[in-house]
Amino acid sequence: MYGWIGTILRVNLTNRTVSKEPLEPGLAKQYIGARGLGTKIMHDEVDPRVDPLGPENKLIFAPGPLTGTFAPSGGRYNVITKGPLTGTIAASNSGGAFGPELKYAGYDMLILEGKASSPVYLYIRDDKVEIRDAGKIWGKEVPDTTDLIRAETDEDAKVACIGPAGERLVLFACVMNEMHRAAGRSGVGAVMGSKNLKAVAVVGGGAVKAADPAGFKAAVLTAREKILAHPVGGQGLKAYGTDVLINIMNQTGGLPTRNFREGYFPTADKVGGESLTANLLLRPKGCFSCVISCGRVTEVKNPKYQGAGEGPEYESAWALGPDCAIDDLEAITKANYLCNELGLDPITMGSTIACAMDLYESGVISLKDTGGVPLTFGNADAMVEMVRKTGMREGFGDKLALGSYRLAESYGHPEYSMTAKKQEMPAYDPRAVQGIGLQYATSNRGGCHVRGYTVAVEVLGNPVKLDNLTTEGKAQVAISFQNLTAALDSTGACLFATFGMGADELAQMVSTLTGVAYPTEELIKAGERIWNLERLWNMKAGLSGKDDTLPERLLKEPLPGGGAKGHVSRLGEMLPEYYQLRGWDKHGVPTEKKLKELALA
Amino acid sequence: MASVLMIHPNKCTGCRSCELACAFVKEGQFRPRASRVHVFTWDREGISVPMMCQHCDPAPCVSVCTPGAMSRNKASGLVEWDAKRCIRCRMCVQACPFGNAVYDALSNGIFKCDTCGGSPECVAFCPNKALEFSEDTLSTRSRKRAFAAKFKEAF
Repeated sequence: MYGWIGTILRVNLTNRTVSKEPLEPGLAKQYIGARGLGTKIMHDEVDPRVDPLGPENKLIFAPGPLTGTFAPSGGRYNVITKGPLTGTIAASNSGGAFGPELKYAGYDMLILEGKASSPVYLYIRDDKVEIRDAGKIWGKEVPDTTDLIRAETDEDAKVACIGPAGERLVLFACVMNEMHRAAGRSGVGAVMGSKNLKAVAVVGGGAVKAADPAGFKAAVLTAREKILAHPVGGQGLKAYGTDVLINIMNQTGGLPTRNFREGYFPTADKVGGESLTANLLLRPKGCFSCVISCGRVTEVKNPKYQGAGEGPEYESAWALGPDCAIDDLEAITKANYLCNELGLDPITMGSTIACAMDLYESGVISLKDTGGVPLTFGNADAMVEMVRKTGMREGFGDKLALGSYRLAESYGHPEYSMTAKKQEMPAYDPRAVQGIGLQYATSNRGGCHVRGYTVAVEVLGNPVKLDNLTTEGKAQVAISFQNLTAALDSTGACLFATFGMGADELAQMVSTLTGVAYPTEELIKAGERIWNLERLWNMKAGLSGKDDTLPERLLKEPLPGGGAKGHVSRLGEMLPEYYQLRGWDKHGVPTEKKLKELALA
Repeated sequence: MASVLMIHPNKCTGCRSCELACAFVKEGQFRPRASRVHVFTWDREGISVPMMCQHCDPAPCVSVCTPGAMSRNKASGLVEWDAKRCIRCRMCVQACPFGNAVYDALSNGIFKCDTCGGSPECVAFCPNKALEFSEDTLSTRSRKRAFAAKFKEAF
């Protein structure tokens, strides 16, 4: 095959068996790869009602057809499983060089089944696959784990692993690769931990081939030029990182502050990308085949928060910062290092601490609950300490490890949790950016911006600018973004490539690479198919249209100040239109006609 | 006038676009192992360094090559490998102090940079200008200029 390798690797950790299967070309065409193909395997093989942390759940690592080629910023892989935080299908993607290496080793997908009887790691060296003892590595943080496994295998091995958080089944633990890159959301790292699997190390000497080499090169050069000519894709993200959004969102009045009580943080500039570049940035870094280089290599010299590593990104700077009313960039950066080292999703981590601070200040919890730590908004030291405690599940950290929904619910106040489908929403307030609220509510993995980044048009004007405070037309905008992103994620491309590149360029690259004709509309149709399959899976898992909602705070309490003062999320105006345009009934169930149209029935 | 390939590790982001471009132009596929340039990244420090043949003079690979497969092209100044003369003894691979000559069993060939005949694909694909192909005596001019500029503030 071209683009695809043509082989799936399956490892059963219970029986310690390894097998290889051909990738069925028809399935590859319909579901592309990565997120789409992984979801199809989950659909065919795993009962959606399984315990996400039980041995019946499967854990899939899947690059896409573009992964391993020089498609610009096209080197990603997805981790697909049932997410323990949400109970939905989880597909978290990550950059770095792990995905490409898996393909060079000869695989489009790694399916992990069952549960090892004791801690192990998997070592894949081309066609040789070994399950090795990880007894001495269990308990180590992500950077040490990576070094130790490289010392035991190959110094060039690409290592995806969990930290102490994944081992301890923190419900929002990540899978980390090359130390700093994360398949971050929904708790995919906890699933890995539940299988007693510490890491997957890969070394590959093979190739990815193009069906039409000259055509593919031309398509890649066109896409590259568009990204490099774009002010965000070509310059902004390299200079300031994603954290450049802090000031932009604050001006919009949609920078969630104090657990979404406000949308404007007066000292936000102190934690924005401009401050990060001026004070802590050593150099930008890029993932495999990336032309954007949004990665931040940073260092904190202040002995109090001393450390080195990568980040923070916008979402983590916000969650560990303004959402907790903290404007100390060094503390935020230190907390972000801890998230990377322990293997925690910084969005859910920060938002869960913000929720705890809200509960504390409202008198729902007290010093007795927090282990004597005054969890007031703005307490940077407490925030950093709570991140560490959560990763290690010590004291109050053991409760924070459940995420904000289960935390607040355990005290009888789930309304303090700023989640959709039990996953914490990221850094765009739905009262100030109406379309993103619809996206959060309908997202197949709950509170998440990267399933349908309507912020691109509602705030950033890419490729056109819409009014962020209106609901008109937003249902169609959300659907278009969701379908395109489902397809894009499945190719192995990075969402940030759309700062410059459009669906036409993506379709042209995939077509020339694979030799399978994907006219733009076919590619987007595949995205719609993937979206609907995810929806069907979630419905079988027990979710329904009733879960397509937002916290009451966003629906009923107007923003008290800032650029969107007085607004609430008008989700109710958008949701019925969304269902109708999706071809679903009024309860949000896909109709038979729609499923037939998508070859899902 | 000869040109040389210069690396600027301070500008390299570790994306390995150079490896992909090289493998694709030389072998027609994306096989980084087959690339004539390789990027090494230290994850903890976030430092990346591209490595490729430096066309030494005298070149150890040329000195140890018995059949004369490795030789210097007098016109270009580059060290060239002749597949027809090569007996695959791999002495050049062992002689190169930088590890920049590599034997590939898959193609039974010696991989080392030949600057794509004066138009290196890696330079064209590097999105960060971390690789530069410039006239020999001018290759460090921008670096010299940057340091010379400090005198503007000294006087």
